[in-house]
Amino acid sequence: MPLTLAEVEHIAALARLRLSDEEKARYRDQLSAILDYMAKLKELDTSAIEPTATVLPLRTVLRPDTVTPSLTPAELLANAPEAEAEMFRVPPVLE
Amino acid sequence: MSLTDLTLTEASARLRAGQTTSLELTEACLAQIERYDSTLRAFLTPTVDLARAQARAADAQIADWKKNPSHAERLQPLTGIPLAIKDVLCLKDTRTTAGSRILENFVAPYTATAVQKLLDAGVVIVGKTNCDEFAMGSSTENSGYCVTRNPWDPARVPGGSSGGSAAAVAARMAFGALGTDTGGSIRQPASFCGIVGLKTSYGRVSRYGLIAYGSSLDSIGPLARTVADAALLFSALAGHDPRDATSMPTPVPDVSLASPDLRGVRIGVPKEYFIAGVQAAVERAVREAVRVLEALGAQVVEISLPHTEYALPVYYLIAPAEASANLARFDGVRYGPREDGESLWDMYLDTRGERFGAEVKRRIMLGTYALSAGYYDAYYGQAQKVRTLIKRDFDEAFKQVDVIACPVAPTTAFKIGEKTDDPLAMYLEDVFTLPPSLAGICGLSLPCGFDGHRLPIGLQLLGPAFGEEKVLRAGQAYEQATEWHKQGPNL
Repeated sequence: MPLTLAEVEHIAALARLRLSDEEKARYRDQLSAILDYMAKLKELDTSAIEPTATVLPLRTVLRPDTVTPSLTPAELLANAPEAEAEMFRVPPVLE
Repeated sequence: MSLTDLTLTEASARLRAGQTTSLELTEACLAQIERYDSTLRAFLTPTVDLARAQARAADAQIADWKKNPSHAERLQPLTGIPLAIKDVLCLKDTRTTAGSRILENFVAPYTATAVQKLLDAGVVIVGKTNCDEFAMGSSTENSGYCVTRNPWDPARVPGGSSGGSAAAVAARMAFGALGTDTGGSIRQPASFCGIVGLKTSYGRVSRYGLIAYGSSLDSIGPLARTVADAALLFSALAGHDPRDATSMPTPVPDVSLASPDLRGVRIGVPKEYFIAGVQAAVERAVREAVRVLEALGAQVVEISLPHTEYALPVYYLIAPAEASANLARFDGVRYGPREDGESLWDMYLDTRGERFGAEVKRRIMLGTYALSAGYYDAYYGQAQKVRTLIKRDFDEAFKQVDVIACPVAPTTAFKIGEKTDDPLAMYLEDVFTLPPSLAGICGLSLPCGFDGHRLPIGLQLLGPAFGEEKVLRAGQAYEQATEWHKQGPNL
C-alpha cells in the first residue's frame, strides 16, 4: 500500500529532515516499494516467538558509581559550530 | 618484487629479521597511495606525517629490542606495520567523517578502542578510508565525498560499505585495514576486491569509538591479503572493553593456524544460498571451493537455513530503525557543520536535510516509520521476532556442522552507477551476508576464483558466535591449498 504525501511529510518531521518537493515524491515511491517488500514478513506466524533485541546474553551491564576521568569541556567544545562560556550556543529553544 | 607485494606476515618477519624497516614499508605504502589513489580514491584523509612519526617510533622500538635480546619476545607481530582505518572509527585529533558531509569538519577528540589496541601494538596508520555514508551501502557509492574504484576494474565498485579499506588493501596501499560489518560491509567488499575479510562475532571487538549505525549489528574486523594476516589483526582487536557495554568477556581464542587439513571438520552447505539469481561463475567457484574443502578431509553436509529469504526485510527494518535513533545526534548543535536557521527547528531540519545523503535519509525515514506509533508492532516488532527465527536456524545448523560454506554475494563487482537508481536492487546484493549479521555470528570472506571478466569471487565461511578460530582454520586450509591469494590486480 503506497504511502501518502502527508505520511512522508509526517515521517520527515519526526526525523527532523527538510525535504524538497522532488525528494518527497521520490521517497514516497521508494519507501512504498520497500515497505511492500517488507509485507513478506506477515507470511510467518510469530505469535509464539520472542523478539530478539540483542543476540548476546548480557543484560544491564553496570559499573561502580565512581567518577573517573573523562574528556574536558574544552575538548568537547572544540568541534562546536558555536560555543560560549563552556556551553553550546543554539537558536532559542523556547519562543 | 616491491615491498608492498609482501603479505603482512612476511613484512613482519622481515622487520624482525632486520631486512627492512617500518619507515621503508611506510614510504612504500605512501608511494603507492601517491601513485594510484588519485584514480582509486580509497582514502578520505591520508595521515602522512602521523605515519612517518609512527614508523620512526616503531623502528626505534625494534632497534631497542635488538639491543636487548631479552626483550625480543615482546616484539609484537604488528609493530611497524602500515594499516588503513575505515573512516567510521575515531582517531584522536584526526578528521573523522563516517563518509558524511554532516561530519565534514569533525576532529575526533578520542580514539576508538579497536584503533587504540592496534596503536598499542605499534602499528602505523597511513590514512582513513572512504566508505558509504554512515556505513549504509553495498558499493561505497553513497559516500558523501567520492566513489572508490575497484582496483581490478576502475569502472566497477569495490563493494561496500568498507570499499575504501578493501581497495586500499587490494591495491597494496596498506598491509591490512580495519572495516566494519553490519550487514556484510567487510565480507562483500573483500569478495569484490579479491582479499580476505573477517566479520567478527557481535560483542567480540569493542564498539567504543565506532560511529554507530545499527547498534545490535555493528561489528569491527580486519581486511587483509591472507587468512594469517587477518588472524594476526583479529588477535590484536578482540577482547572485552569496559567502555562498551555490549562487549563480551569471552576469552579470545588462540588462532594459530597450524593444521593444514580439515579431517573431523563438518562443513554445512545451505541449500537456500544456491538459488536462481546467483551469477553462474559465483556458484561454480563456490561449489568448487567446497570440493577442495572435502578433498582436505572435511565432511560436507547439506543443511537448510529455512528463514534465509526473510533476512532482507528483517534487516532493512531493524538496521534503519536503529540508525534513525543513532543518527538523531547529528543536528548541528555539538559538532559538524551547522546550517543556520532562525529557529532551532529550522537549524535541525536544514542541517540534516542539506548534509545527509539520499540513502541515509531513506533509511532514517524507513526506520522512523517502522518505529512510529501505530506501526511499531507490525514492522519493527515483527522483524525482531523473525530475527529470533533466523538466529535459531544458525543455532540448529551449528549443532550439525562446525562451519557453513556459501557465496558471499550473488554477483561479482558491478559497474559504478548500475544499481544506484533502484534501492531495493542494491539491497538484494546483501542476501547472503545479512542472515549471519542478524544472528551475530562470525564470517570470513576469502578469494575462491574469478569470473569471465577477471573479477574476484569470494567464498564465505560462517562460524558460530565466538568461533572465529573455526572459520580462520578452515579458511587457512583452503587458502594454502589454492593460489587465489597470490594474485593481485594490474594497477
